[in-house]
Amino acid sequence: MMSAPANRMLLAAYTLAERELVRFVRQRNRVFGALAQPVLFWILFGSGLNASFRPSGAPDGVEYLEYFFPGTVVLVVLFTAIFATISIIDDRNEGFMQSVLVAPIPAMSIVLGKLAGTTVLAVGQALLVFLVAPLAGIELHAVGCLLAIPLLVAIAFGLSGLGFVIAWRMDSTQGFHAIMTAFLMPMWFLSGAFFPLAGVPTWMSALMYINPLTYGVAALRQVLYLGASQPPAAELPALWLNVVVIAAFAAAMFGLAVTATSSRATWGTGE
Amino acid sequence: MSSAAVADTDEPIPPALRIEGLEHYYGPLHALAGISLKIPRGEIFGLLGPNGGGKTTLFRILSTVLPIQSGQVRIFGTDVAGDPAAVREQIGVVFQSPSIDTKLTVRENLRHHGHLYGLRGAGLDVCMDAAMRRLAIRDRADDVVEQLSGGLRRRVELAKGLVTSPRLLILDEPSTGLDPGARIDLWRHLESLRTDDGATILVTTHLMEEAEHCDRLAILDHGRLVAVGTPSELRTRIGGDIITIETSEPEALAPLILDRFGAQASQLGNLLRIEHSDGHILVSQLVEAFPDRVHSISLGKPTLEDVFVRETGHRFWEDA
Repeated sequence: MMSAPANRMLLAAYTLAERELVRFVRQRNRVFGALAQPVLFWILFGSGLNASFRPSGAPDGVEYLEYFFPGTVVLVVLFTAIFATISIIDDRNEGFMQSVLVAPIPAMSIVLGKLAGTTVLAVGQALLVFLVAPLAGIELHAVGCLLAIPLLVAIAFGLSGLGFVIAWRMDSTQGFHAIMTAFLMPMWFLSGAFFPLAGVPTWMSALMYINPLTYGVAALRQVLYLGASQPPAAELPALWLNVVVIAAFAAAMFGLAVTATSSRATWGTGE
Repeated sequence: MSSAAVADTDEPIPPALRIEGLEHYYGPLHALAGISLKIPRGEIFGLLGPNGGGKTTLFRILSTVLPIQSGQVRIFGTDVAGDPAAVREQIGVVFQSPSIDTKLTVRENLRHHGHLYGLRGAGLDVCMDAAMRRLAIRDRADDVVEQLSGGLRRRVELAKGLVTSPRLLILDEPSTGLDPGARIDLWRHLESLRTDDGATILVTTHLMEEAEHCDRLAILDHGRLVAVGTPSELRTRIGGDIITIETSEPEALAPLILDRFGAQASQLGNLLRIEHSDGHILVSQLVEAFPDRVHSISLGKPTLEDVFVRETGHRFWEDA
C-alpha cells in the first residue's frame, strides 16, 4: 500500500499527463509540427545530401539517408518536447496551469505530469517514424526497436525536462523561440544526429562531447544496429557510457524542473 | 483542522481570513503598504480599488502563488507562509483570466480539477454533479469548452471552483466579460453559496455597482486600505448629500463658497464637490450667489464612488 500523500502525488501527475495526451489528440496541427517536419527534413536533407556526403567512418553501404535516420527520430522527440513545454508559458499566466499552481499538490506532481505526458507523445511519434524506415531501405530489427524504447523514454524525459526549466523562467513565448534557435537546435546539430563526431574541428568535437544529447543519439544508433557486423559510425562512446549519461541527464533535468516549480511565483511579477 | 503549532491562539474559532501588517515590494514599487484586515466566516467581502491599487498583488498572495515578504496571513487560523499546502486544501480560487482548458469538455475540466484535490471516483462524480447543477450547466457537461459562449465558460469556471467545496472562495474580478444578466446570476450563485454552504467569499472588483452586493468592503488604493465597512456605513461617513458643481474657475470659486457658506469644496478637475447635510437648500443658494460661475450643478445621495473620492482624494478612474 502506498501512503496517502504518495497516492495524491501520483493521482495529480496522472491527471495532468492525461490532459496532455487528450489535448494533443484534439489539436491535429501539433501532429504535423512535431512529426511531419522532421520526417520532411529527413527526406529532403537525406536525399539531397545522399549523393555528395558519405558519413566518415561509416561502413560501406551506409548512405547519408540511413545515417540521418536516428537523428531524425531524436528531432521528433526534441520538437515534441519543445511544443509541449512552450505551452507552459501562456498556460501559467492565463490558462489551466493557474489553478494547478494553487492546488494542494507537490511541485513534483506538476513536473511529473508534464514530463510523463510529453514523453508518451514523443516516444509514440518516434515509433511511428520507425514504421517508415523500411520505405527508405533501412532494415530495423525487432530487438533493436524494443531496446530503443527505454532509450527514447530517457531522451524524451530529459529534453522535456530541459524545455520545462527554460519555459518556467520565460515571460513570453518569443523568449522561448530565441532559446530554441540559439540553444536547442544547435544542441541537436552538435549531437552526431546530422554529421558524425569523426573528423570535425577540435572545438566542435569538444562541444559535441559535452552535449548530453550526443550520448543519446549514439546509444540509439548502437541499439538500432545491434548485431550488425560493423559499427554504425566511428568514434561513438561506449554504449554503457551513453546509457549512463542520458539517464543522468534525464534525472538532472527532472530535479531542476522540480526545484524551479517549488517556487510557484510567476516571473512576470509586475501588476 | 490545522495543527496546534500554526493555529491562532487568541481566538477559539479563528476567522476565515486574518491579515496583519502585510507589505509587498516589486523592486522599488511598494505594492502593498501594510495591510491589516479580518474577515469573519460566512461573509461576502469585497476588495474594491482601481487597477494598480494592489488588489492583484493581494489576490496572488491570498491564493498562495506569491510568497509573503513581510507581515502575516492566516486562513482559518493556518499560516499561509508556514503551511501553504494546508491552506490550498481549504480555498477555491477563481481567476480573472480563464483557467479552464478550452480543448477539454466541461466534465473533463472538472474531473482533472477534482483529481488535483485528491477527489476521485464516485465521490468526485457527486461533487461534479452538484457543482454543474448549481450553475445549470449539467446539460453541457460533454461539450468541449471552446464551443461554449463566454457567459457559459464563466459558469464553468465558477463550477470548477465549487467542485472541491472550498470554505473560502477567492474570486478575482469575477464578472469580467459578463453581460448584466449573467452578472446578476453570478451574485445569486455567490449568495446561495454563502447561505447554503456557509462559505466565505472574497471578491476583488473595480466595479462600484458590484461592490454594493458585498456584506463588507475594503477600499484599496496605492497599496493601503483607505476604508473598511459595510456599503451603507461607508456611505454614511459622508454627511448628507453630495453637491457637484461644474465650473470653469474652480480655484476661484472654492474659497468664495467657503467664505460665504462655510462649506468645504474639494476640487476634481473642473468639478467642485461639496458634502453637506442640507444639500437641497445649499444648491439654490449657490445658484443664486454665483449665477455666472456655476455652469451646472447636481445634487445626489453619496455613492461608493463618492466614498472613494473622499478617502483617496482622487477619482476612481483617474491615474493618480
